[in-house]
Amino acid sequence: MIDAKGKRIMHNNTKVLKIDYEKCTGCRTCEQVCVLKHDGVINPMRSRIRVVKWDMEGLYIPMSCQQCQDAPCMVGCPVGAISRNDEMNRVEVDYDVCIGCRTCVSVCPFGAMSFNPIERKVVKCDLCDGDPQCVRFCDVKAVQFVDSASVSLDKKRSAASRLKAAQKQALALHEEM
Amino acid sequence: MPLDRKIAYVDLTTGNIDIKPIPLEIRKRYLGGRGLHAYLLLNHTQKGCDPYGPDNVVLMGGGILCGTAASGTGRCDVMTKSPLTGLLSSGNMGGFFTPELTHAGFHTILVKGQAKHPVYIFAHDGEIEIRDARDIWGMSVTDTQWAIREDIGDREVQSAVIGPAGENKVAYANVMTLIKNAAGRCGAGGVMGAKNLKAVAARGTMDLKIAHPMEALEFNKRFIDQIVSAKVNQTMGKLGTPFIWGATNTWGGVRNRNFQYNQTEYADEIEPEALDEVLEETMGPYHMAACYGCQVHCRGQYKIPDGPYAGKYDEGPEYTSQGAFCGNTDTPRMTTLLTANHLVDQYGVDNLEIGSLISWAMELYELGIITSKETDGLDLRFGNDDAVIEMVHRICKRDSWLGDTLAEGGIQASDVIGKDSFDYLIQVKGMSNLHSDERGTPGLALNIATASRGSDHLRSRPAIDLYHLPEPVLRKIYSNPVAYDGPLSSEHTEYIGKAWQVFWQENTYMAVDCLGICKYHTTFLGATLPNFEDWSKVLYYNTGLDLTPVQIWDVARRANMVERMYNLREGLQRRDLRKGDMLNHRYFDEPCRRGAKDVIGKTIDKEKFETMIDEFYEHKGLDEEGVPTQLTLESLGLDNEPSHLL
Repeated sequence: MIDAKGKRIMHNNTKVLKIDYEKCTGCRTCEQVCVLKHDGVINPMRSRIRVVKWDMEGLYIPMSCQQCQDAPCMVGCPVGAISRNDEMNRVEVDYDVCIGCRTCVSVCPFGAMSFNPIERKVVKCDLCDGDPQCVRFCDVKAVQFVDSASVSLDKKRSAASRLKAAQKQALALHEEM
Repeated sequence: MPLDRKIAYVDLTTGNIDIKPIPLEIRKRYLGGRGLHAYLLLNHTQKGCDPYGPDNVVLMGGGILCGTAASGTGRCDVMTKSPLTGLLSSGNMGGFFTPELTHAGFHTILVKGQAKHPVYIFAHDGEIEIRDARDIWGMSVTDTQWAIREDIGDREVQSAVIGPAGENKVAYANVMTLIKNAAGRCGAGGVMGAKNLKAVAARGTMDLKIAHPMEALEFNKRFIDQIVSAKVNQTMGKLGTPFIWGATNTWGGVRNRNFQYNQTEYADEIEPEALDEVLEETMGPYHMAACYGCQVHCRGQYKIPDGPYAGKYDEGPEYTSQGAFCGNTDTPRMTTLLTANHLVDQYGVDNLEIGSLISWAMELYELGIITSKETDGLDLRFGNDDAVIEMVHRICKRDSWLGDTLAEGGIQASDVIGKDSFDYLIQVKGMSNLHSDERGTPGLALNIATASRGSDHLRSRPAIDLYHLPEPVLRKIYSNPVAYDGPLSSEHTEYIGKAWQVFWQENTYMAVDCLGICKYHTTFLGATLPNFEDWSKVLYYNTGLDLTPVQIWDVARRANMVERMYNLREGLQRRDLRKGDMLNHRYFDEPCRRGAKDVIGKTIDKEKFETMIDEFYEHKGLDEEGVPTQLTLESLGLDNEPSHLL
């Protein structure tokens, strides 16, 4: 598929948003550009991604849609307006069908489905049709768009490196004894 | 649209609230932020008004790009008449307050009058409320903010607040937001305290319409890439501003023992890398935080590792705290740095001013001008870490004779202490110098002597002078957007051409303060960062306002002239040591004793310094006394001020 600027969009249907919250600096650029791209305005309240903060702990966690396989919003929707698009690897809302009952907002375990009181409709992440702006603007790579398999591989590596360090410590202790 | 953001006039005496649009004519002349505030301060105060009286006004708000995705647009400018200097009080801070204020529909709040009891102002979706703050009064900077969130019942509320130092009218109390962002230096916090105004809070859900959204998205990306690709910002994103300490202290450009030396010895413990280790140990590998919409993330996060405040969370410390609590006082130890930094953030007081005045008092103690009688038994010798911490408490609480005296500001304290204490006070216009020592750098000395809010590095410092850039590179930077064919020198110890550099920097910094973006995104510490041409575009795409680079330059010149006019009205005179464009005699009389070869033995040559001032005045269009000529006023459209257009 070719986008408006003639750029080829690789449709890799296993790509997911990977949020590495430890890296987040809390700048909220993701919120700004999400809304600018979708609505042509800036307003964090409309953003599909939100940075949740604990200011006194210096902890910032970006929250967005996980595009669940068995999505509660999809299951809960009384009119069947929500479906999975496997080509884009995302859960989508069909606004022609949606009745605005906000059941999806209630059932989403991540708070990723929100209700926009200005246009009075539910909104969720659509991965910007394959070029997520939150990812594009996040210089520290707290939000990345990666192959779903690599998410767990990275975690495996990270956990393994902790084991490796622990093993070295254990060996050193053993030698001391 | 950013252009439809309004101004709210709040009278705390009467409770009257007046909301008005900001006319396009005013936008074209001042854009917003600091420029707009300077215009309003000149127009809404009378000559000689009491800084702590009801007639003084506090202006608080963002620049014209505030809240847009143009990078670093979370800046907040706070302006008033300074209780410290009696002249312009102006401070600029980052954080998330002004974007929230923008989404609440406002770019600027003007507060006058005096409330009968502690209150706070709450701006939300086009409305302004004055709310009771009696239960919040007395709280620290951070507790105040959490209490306001609780009072309103909304965790997204952002506020600009004062701490106990502002309530106690310490002459250099800050207005602050979140953990450490401070609109500091001139005592705006005390002015708020005198008005019984604990905070201005904001919560907004209004759309900020962008003039050309898709073009803005693409241009902002380029703009941000230009900012984050600069080496200086990459370094700052890792080490924060403390990265500067390593170079400036080694080289010999840092005040030590008030002004006796220009380098702190044995300062390994507070070198940027050592500091980074503590940040990493206490907060993990990702310990840098950012202001709204900024990719530079220069703010460190830490927990105090040991001492009586062990485990307390804070942010920074900045380069300025290294100087204030380690270099100046000759206490270069990590715990002192992190603890004092935490205390000033909680009390809401200016780190530079308090550190500088403590080190001044230490020199007076060393000289016997003050004794243990005046210090109530405190051993106020240089190098005494506990004394530094104790003095921070005493000043902020106005506890003990010396604490109370120093809380009034340096010149005021020198009048009380007497003898020749004034001679040792390193200040310009009543404001203490940054902890830097400018004897080896005449351009930087000119900057602190002429800065509009007193001795200050963030108004016109040609910091890139220290990089020894080749002359053609300098010429390219300094001939934009207006031609300059006068002399320029790559040599930082020279005097020639520095007046133009300071003049250019003054306009550059003013431009970003009116736009509402961070100074780290311009030619301050890096030479490859955005400039007038980029701002012209970013302004157009985001706001629809079509100004050429030269028109933005003119906005900056005009706004700087308004600040000058304000200061002249309030008593600035060229050679006045208390209120003028003049340096302490030690700059001219005492040679540098430490540092690199090109610094040792250096003083500022008084005659050449005066020539630089003459040149600087000429560039600005001032006469030899520093007063704008009629021609200058006419060319900037300022011949009819105060014009009361807003």
